[in-house]
Amino acid sequence: MAAIYSLYIINKSGGLIFYKDYGSAGRMDTNDTLRVASLWHSMHAISQQLSPVLGCAGIELLEADNFDLHCFQSLTGTKFFVVCEPGTLHMENLLKYIYELYTDYVLKNPFYEMEMPIRCELFDINLSQAIQKDRVALLGR
Amino acid sequence: MIGASKIKQYSNVLEKPLSKGKQEVSLSAFAFLFSELVQYNQTQVDNIAELERRYGVILLLQTMFLGPWAAGSEIVHNQLCRLEDAGYAVGARCLELLCHREKGNRRETRLLGILSFVHSTVWKVLFGKVADSLEKGTEHEDEYMISEKELLVNRFISIPKDMGTFNCGAFVAGIVRGVLDSAGFPAVVTAHFVPMEGQQRPRTTILIKFAEEVLRREARLG
Repeated sequence: MAAIYSLYIINKSGGLIFYKDYGSAGRMDTNDTLRVASLWHSMHAISQQLSPVLGCAGIELLEADNFDLHCFQSLTGTKFFVVCEPGTLHMENLLKYIYELYTDYVLKNPFYEMEMPIRCELFDINLSQAIQKDRVALLGR
Repeated sequence: MIGASKIKQYSNVLEKPLSKGKQEVSLSAFAFLFSELVQYNQTQVDNIAELERRYGVILLLQTMFLGPWAAGSEIVHNQLCRLEDAGYAVGARCLELLCHREKGNRRETRLLGILSFVHSTVWKVLFGKVADSLEKGTEHEDEYMISEKELLVNRFISIPKDMGTFNCGAFVAGIVRGVLDSAGFPAVVTAHFVPMEGQQRPRTTILIKFAEEVLRREARLG
């Protein structure tokens, strides 16, 4: 099955609060990840303004030669985006599931400060399980 | 005229049977509320005032200049106390309600009786299932342990590394202490993480240490 290269979560002001890479293809050092995050945040905002279609909520999919970038924006402005192999299916469902994990294990954690980098053990554990799980299970949602 | 109908209304309300109410509460709603309770206990202002009151100026200065975690263990202890006290209030009320609803106003006088009451009835009503296990401590006569794979209140909580000993299960420990205290079995109740081999998350154990008088009374009752 096609692979995920990396996962980013950015807060409503564009700061990177979570980054995880899977495999060496998508690996970047910390400074680059922060740059990518704020770059994507700005592009997402600009695309909303530039869109010829009314009521556009921003970029959902970016297809390039070597990768696809799927983005999910929650109602609060938190963006979850994943960089994966071209042609990977069901990334939207995965992003929605990750959003559920975020609301459960990050937002209900009393030790988490809003808009700060995510350092929650339970979130990491459940995220790894979700990524490794068979995609068929995610289809059932 | 108006006065008469008002009184009639009140007596009707009193004659109505007590309903059990809704048995289910949204887990998410509870999780958010509990998260706020824990955060409320961590507010800086309370800590400094409490520290000032209890430990004097030196510790206060230390905290102010080095940051809150310099006086780490005192603060953790205070937070645990407050979380436990919140649970104590719940436990005291729980005992009254459950004795009336579940047990027909029968009072427990034996140690094993009250322990199995906490282990099954209280747990069932509060968390929807009986506790995983109830054990007697091997080292001391007065110690008993209720274990749970994962406490419901801890389900969404990840303790950061720098607060290693803090367990939000102190709230549940407070509930148990409230029940036992109000039932006439004074005890010291604490919550501990017990690491298990082969499992990522540690198990939680509620350790109950009964007071001397309880054991003497139990021995007298034979």
